[in-house]
Amino acid sequence: MTIAPSPTTYAAPGEEGSLVSYRSRYDHFIGGEYVPPAGGQYFENPTPVTGKVFTEIARGDSTDVDRAVEAAWKAFPGWGRTSVAERAGILNKIADRMEQNLEALAVAETWENGKPIRETIGADIPLAIDHFRYFAGAIRAQEGSTGEIDHDTVAYHFHEPLGVVGQIIPWNFPILMAVWKLAPALAAGNCVVLKPAEQTPASIHVLVDLIKDLLPAGVLNVVNGFGIEVGAPLAQHPDIRKVAFTGETTTGRLIMQYASQNLIPVTLELGGKSPNVFFADVAQDKDAFYDKALEGFAFFNLNQGEVCTCPSRALVAKEIYDGFVTDGLDRVRAVKQGHPLDLSTMIGAQASNDQLEKILSYIDIGKQEGAKLLTGGERADLGGELSGGYYVTPTVFEGDNSMRIFQEEIFGPVLALTSFSGYDEAISIANDTLYGLGAGVWSREATTLYRAGRDIQAGRVWENTYHQYPAGAAFGGYKQSGIGRENHKMMLEHYQQTKNLLVSYAEGPMGFF
Amino acid sequence: MSTDRVAVTPAAGELLRSLAARHGPLMFHQSGGCCDGSSPMCYPVGMFTTGSGDVLLGALDVPGLDPIEVYMSKSQFAYWQYTHLTIDVVDGRGAGFSLEVPEGKRFLTRSRMFDEAELADLGLVPAGPGPRSSADVG
Repeated sequence: MTIAPSPTTYAAPGEEGSLVSYRSRYDHFIGGEYVPPAGGQYFENPTPVTGKVFTEIARGDSTDVDRAVEAAWKAFPGWGRTSVAERAGILNKIADRMEQNLEALAVAETWENGKPIRETIGADIPLAIDHFRYFAGAIRAQEGSTGEIDHDTVAYHFHEPLGVVGQIIPWNFPILMAVWKLAPALAAGNCVVLKPAEQTPASIHVLVDLIKDLLPAGVLNVVNGFGIEVGAPLAQHPDIRKVAFTGETTTGRLIMQYASQNLIPVTLELGGKSPNVFFADVAQDKDAFYDKALEGFAFFNLNQGEVCTCPSRALVAKEIYDGFVTDGLDRVRAVKQGHPLDLSTMIGAQASNDQLEKILSYIDIGKQEGAKLLTGGERADLGGELSGGYYVTPTVFEGDNSMRIFQEEIFGPVLALTSFSGYDEAISIANDTLYGLGAGVWSREATTLYRAGRDIQAGRVWENTYHQYPAGAAFGGYKQSGIGRENHKMMLEHYQQTKNLLVSYAEGPMGFF
Repeated sequence: MSTDRVAVTPAAGELLRSLAARHGPLMFHQSGGCCDGSSPMCYPVGMFTTGSGDVLLGALDVPGLDPIEVYMSKSQFAYWQYTHLTIDVVDGRGAGFSLEVPEGKRFLTRSRMFDEAELADLGLVPAGPGPRSSADVG
């Protein structure tokens, strides 16, 4: 993406001139309409920009989940039999509707999550739009297969939808991560019960409001609430055929445990501690490529570090360490922190208070472990109404890969920096982690890029770039980072059964009886 | 071994008492990874299946309650074994299925490095000056 900052600041939802306004309350979206929660309870939803409550959200329970699953099954016989042309047409219309309302969706997303508006306008929402279009195309082009077993016997393979699937969405990209899961599921002909994260439950409803007339009732159902009260009943519901989850490892294990009871498949995306490896030839010239690599060094600040693939470990070759790190730190100190709705802001608010507290606790443990704080390392008070928001200054620690800040996904703008001597040590440090979701490799040498990319045990290795998420590039984890590959047509098969028809065209009996 | 690996703050203990009154005996599993990773997850005993891939770090002593066992995956423990963990609580709203989330509270793991006497007591080689090598924790 190319970012062209301008001094514009968008009006906050609820303010005069805002492109979007949140309703004061959101119910569940079940069977094509908004229905109040069975228990009659709601919870408050604050914006991390100021810490103030801006809407309230239905607090669901297992009764609501049951209703949603039932509504989805009611819709499934019709939706599952629509032609792929019809489903693709609907996905394309959803994409068009989102595109017409791109800025409004971006403001809604920024207000709820705290991320800078330039990211929602430049990345989150355009990627979500393109994702629907990608799967609209992919489902049209998908074909089954035929196998000629022998002259008289033919195996036909058809893709069939699973039925009703459960999807549990994280809070770091509330709309984009929902769309990553929705687009392939809907394209494949499934009906969905979706649970947004309780930290970011509202922006998905801005999207639902925009597109609800495009989908048949019951195809998409949204049940809000807390994990223990909605997520757990959904994940263990006997009438769902698959669960998709993005989050952390303990809940991932719990979801697999539930799935084992129902014998259904899961796809999981559980994060990582991604290494970003800078080989010595990066600094051989101070040219545009060097500048690009410095941007790569600072990329841990994207989305305030709240990305499963945050390049939160920088591994820099010893030969260039001092100079490259000095220049890299300059780039980090130039990251502008400010009001998330200001287009020139480069880093916004952490998504919630507990996330802020967790990041600060890691900064504390980093100091205790003996890591050297090179920049940042504190909560930022941006003054005025932003004083109540959750801001952390971009932080860089220098230390050793065995330290906990090098091993755990802090999910904040905190970089753990170390050096390496030679290719083998670079790969060894890069792979010394429990996870394997993302990685970055920077070099001017094609052979180095290729070898390192293959040797690093991660599902996505960016080479001379980082944080690009185009539809069509498979995304998923090695090791403890999860199961499945999103963002690619191969995800369709995670939402499909294979039906085999084995047909005999022989005219007589086989001869056994 | 007299050195405890886990402890609980009074505020977290208070919340655990109210959760136990509704949900019965409790346990923790320390999470890793994305989003709410690194958060301690609190479940009713029996909800989460631990296994041979987990380490029992110890049990929290909260007056009036059964001991609350705290687990972590063995692979994660390799990197965490040099730190003492205290379960605290903050205002907020975590994701995951942890029991306290609907209360507008979130358990939080606070850490401190074991001192040399504690490390010796735990059978771990004191780290000494300078960073540990990866080989020590593998």
